[in-house]
Amino acid sequence: MKLQIASRLAIFAVLELTESLDRQLTVADIAAKYGVSTHHLAKVMHALGRAGLVRSARGAGGGYQFCGNARRTTLLDIIELFEPLGPNGDAGEPGSGTSEAGALDIVLGEIDDAVRATFGSITIATMRRLVERGRRPRAAAGTR
Amino acid sequence: MKQSSARAKARSRPAAIAVRAAKRGDVAAVTALDARITGLAKSAHWIELYDRQKKAGQPAGIFLVAVGTDTPDRLLGFIVGEIRAWEFGSSPCGWVYALSVDPESRQLGVGETLLEAMAVEFRKAGIAKMRTMVARDNLLPMLFFRGEGMMAGPYVQLEKDLN
Repeated sequence: MKLQIASRLAIFAVLELTESLDRQLTVADIAAKYGVSTHHLAKVMHALGRAGLVRSARGAGGGYQFCGNARRTTLLDIIELFEPLGPNGDAGEPGSGTSEAGALDIVLGEIDDAVRATFGSITIATMRRLVERGRRPRAAAGTR
Repeated sequence: MKQSSARAKARSRPAAIAVRAAKRGDVAAVTALDARITGLAKSAHWIELYDRQKKAGQPAGIFLVAVGTDTPDRLLGFIVGEIRAWEFGSSPCGWVYALSVDPESRQLGVGETLLEAMAVEFRKAGIAKMRTMVARDNLLPMLFFRGEGMMAGPYVQLEKDLN
């Protein structure tokens, strides 16, 4: 399973902005951490803004703030802003319309359902806990 | 609309949540709550489940109910678990079989309190892994269990139509 770069960046940006309440970061701040171009990230932030998940912050430094509900926004909500998930259909594909292609569609559909269910049940708040959990062992190891 | 909903929630908010082992007298309220949520009354099922757990000598409290400390007769929610072992090589684990919270008492931490109480019971029995099964499209419990840190496990549930 691989996500498009825009989806990954959008998830990373939202996780950065939700690290603490009212956190405000510029595109350059986030781009520097993940080693991506500010141009590409700016487009992603614009899409997140259109979806009502972030807003550009006024004042010194500017930047973006998260303005969604971290306990209600799921990974699926973010990913679907940038790429379709789920069956694309096999129309035009070799063998489409055959019973073999139908059988293959059943298997692919099972995978699609699992992917959607996973992304659709993990909120930004849950992701933040996963991030924090991943940091704890590293932090503990660093103190040895 | 929002104000009346807030008022209803304030009325139903207990002083604190208490979790205790279910008693036979709780089964009627458990049945009623389950029927409200699932739309299907299963009285015989809950009575049989309660009696079976007592007979099998399962750890006391594996059928737990949550009540308000100031409203000990009002059921806020319930959880049922069991210890399963060696299903296709799976070492003993604690299964959460059912978890329901009164819709008017949600967002108060009732489900979280019940799940943690169940985890305590499993740990007491020497169990280090807790599992459950949720329908993929049943978003509320999926979000809840994910939020509690549960992730997809190494087993896949399979099924087949027998008709």
